Amino acid sequence: MIKVNAMGDACPIPVVKTKNAIKELKGSGQVETLVDNEIAVQNLTKMANQKGYGVTSEKLEEGRYRVVMTIGEITAEEVKEEVCIPDSRSNKLVVVSSSFMGNGDDELGAALMKAFIFALTQQEELPSAVIFYNGGAKLTCEDSPTLDDIKSLEAQGVEIMTCGTCLNHYGLSDKLKVGSVTNMYAIAEKMMNAGLIIKP
Amino acid sequence: MTDKIQFCKGGGCTAKLGAGVLSRVLERLPKAPYDENLIVGFDSRDDAAVYKISENIAFVQTLDFFPPMVEDPYTFGKIAAANALSDIYAMGGQVKTALNIVCFPESMDLNILGEIMRGGAEKVIEAGGILAGGHSIADSDVKYGLSVTGIADPHKIYKNNGGKAGDVLVLTKKLGVGIICTANRVGEASERAMAEAIDSMTLLNKYAAEICRNYNIHACTDVTGFGFLGHVHEMLDNRLSCEINAEKIPYIPEAAAYADEFLLTAAGQRNRNFIGNNVRFENIGFAMEEILFDPQTSGGLLIALSEDEAEKMLREMKSKGMPAEIVGRFTDKKDIEIIVKGEKL
Repeated sequence: MIKVNAMGDACPIPVVKTKNAIKELKGSGQVETLVDNEIAVQNLTKMANQKGYGVTSEKLEEGRYRVVMTIGEITAEEVKEEVCIPDSRSNKLVVVSSSFMGNGDDELGAALMKAFIFALTQQEELPSAVIFYNGGAKLTCEDSPTLDDIKSLEAQGVEIMTCGTCLNHYGLSDKLKVGSVTNMYAIAEKMMNAGLIIKP
Repeated sequence: MTDKIQFCKGGGCTAKLGAGVLSRVLERLPKAPYDENLIVGFDSRDDAAVYKISENIAFVQTLDFFPPMVEDPYTFGKIAAANALSDIYAMGGQVKTALNIVCFPESMDLNILGEIMRGGAEKVIEAGGILAGGHSIADSDVKYGLSVTGIADPHKIYKNNGGKAGDVLVLTKKLGVGIICTANRVGEASERAMAEAIDSMTLLNKYAAEICRNYNIHACTDVTGFGFLGHVHEMLDNRLSCEINAEKIPYIPEAAAYADEFLLTAAGQRNRNFIGNNVRFENIGFAMEEILFDPQTSGGLLIALSEDEAEKMLREMKSKGMPAEIVGRFTDKKDIEIIVKGEKL
């Protein structure tokens, strides 16, 4: 794996450095890029997606992010040797459509949902993304009891997406505290491409 | 003297704070008591403030300054001034006075500052205004711009949110200057592309605005840091939708190639994060998406008016050599705010 340090570099420098490292690979392998801001992560991810490279990213700490791109076919041995933390994400998708888990008593439902999200953070295998819509959208916003657990999922590389229409509906557009805003096209696409959808 | 200035992290309007961050701050500011003479203020996120001082005269106030996006200080001065002056034109005003805003490192050659201010002063004169003073601060990085005051007829102010369903949207300059300056920063832009970007950024919107006066303009703004789509979003005012015809979008051709090389700004990505969910792309390639999110420095005017008028106005603009095009149409509000249609780029 080639390591690129792009800490302190403004866009497009992280992309330029990463592209140069990819050239050095001469075909296949992995490039790890360290950057200091989320926007640079997004610009790198955008490039990887356009180029069809595998890409994972994680927040190591405040102001320190790691993006790993996988170019071409690499052997299992290479991965084993080179990746420090195995990527425990899968193509499982969790869909949260309410701030309550199950029907019956809402007080109980809220407590169950909090417990579910916490339990999710502790799983060995994590979902690739969690999508929040309708009442679920409240969970990614200010005053949500599960905010810290959702942030923990995000820090472990799980994509956190909240439906923008739902945020508007509940008047929460400026209250989102974790993850990104998404739309129905992205939601439908994620669901169609998921290997398994988990709905608490 | 060395005739080059140090680049800041991202020059020009790419250095602007994101619209998402900004609107959260602005919403929380205390509000002064209502004053009926303030025709345009913060609330509509327009280009400049407009205050009526008599039945026929309103003054138009704006300021803009930013770090260099080109190496040549004289060119930078011209671009920064053209960009600051543009807000007056986007409101339908005439430039009257301008004040310099300068941040400059104490240790740097003052001749560089002289060159920057010469470029700025030339543009103020071209605009028909008077450079009447200014303020300077010692700072670690170079920044330059103008505070500009103009006047306008209060009945003929071009608000950014006056558009109507059925209006067409005219764009008067090519897009892509943000991407080209970014490519240039890493040494990947061709001389031709950079020259075209500089010509575009130094061109005053005065000439387009003068043609506008002959027509019934419903809404107008200028394309700057929030990118084409960000400024279209502001014009739609949460009550309209818009269809954009990507095939008509004027852009500097190299911008598409550089976008495909991912020579993209952070500001462009911030624009995508802010507005992307309001936009549906149909048959649009990656490069065109990026061009539509690209932050512009001293971009063109974006004008909403009736289709009949627009066609006449366009002929007049084209006869003066402007790359203006009708790029879209306002509609009643739909499920999605902006639809961009096109052939794949």
